[in-house]
Amino acid sequence: MSELVRHALVLSALLFSIGALGVFLRRNLITVFMCVELMLNAVNLAFVAFSRALGALDGQVLVFFVMTVAAAEAAVGLAIVIALHRKKDTLNVDAFSLLRF
Amino acid sequence: METVTAIVFYVLAGAAVAAALVMITQKSPIGSAFALIVVLCSLSAIYGLLGSPFIAALQIVVYAGAVMVLFLFVIMLLNVRSEEPGPSRGGPLGLTALGLCALLLAQVASVLLRARIDVVASYDASSARVAQELFSPRFLYAFEATSVLILAALVGAIALAKKEL
Repeated sequence: MSELVRHALVLSALLFSIGALGVFLRRNLITVFMCVELMLNAVNLAFVAFSRALGALDGQVLVFFVMTVAAAEAAVGLAIVIALHRKKDTLNVDAFSLLRF
Repeated sequence: METVTAIVFYVLAGAAVAAALVMITQKSPIGSAFALIVVLCSLSAIYGLLGSPFIAALQIVVYAGAVMVLFLFVIMLLNVRSEEPGPSRGGPLGLTALGLCALLLAQVASVLLRARIDVVASYDASSARVAQELFSPRFLYAFEATSVLILAALVGAIALAKKEL
């Protein structure tokens, strides 16, 4: 069981890195958003693995809260994507530079 | 670790990593979304292996169900075919990003592979136990605050997606 937890944590780090790479490299706003979801899921996996290792249920409760906040974030974020698409007619992240210094 | 559990875990982990790589290399957002669904379902099964049936069910219902349907709905609503051509993110910026992510992964992996991880023998994360923990005084206020958050997100999403902003 110890090896399973360890490898689950390595998998979590791997998925987080892939998600971060996607956020850096992709130009499509929706794909970037999905990469953020992937990173959130990687963190959830770490929470569940540590919950299993420590035998405490706090990790499970935190995963529940992360999922709720992620669902709310997805709803608001996708509404913003729709509003941006209506304004600029594109989803390229390079087109949205109004707040860039 | 039991052999069967190990084999199932490696198959699921391989599927998750492969689908995640497909997701960030795929040109069309629809393809990325379906790859992400594969990742989420594999993670759900891994939660099951780690003895968390409640989180596994929640993962399928909330993530693979509700959130991904929302993503696919928006992709099809906006009719996004594929990434528009433009200045590429490759070159120095892409290499820097790749290097930084590799560094992050190397750091975490080197710590994890050397650390001693003690796992408790008995572990009960059934739905009843998790619900008991969730509604305990420790998390009750956070739980109630979540419902306010969801209400705010609901109103925000409706206001943002209206015709004239």
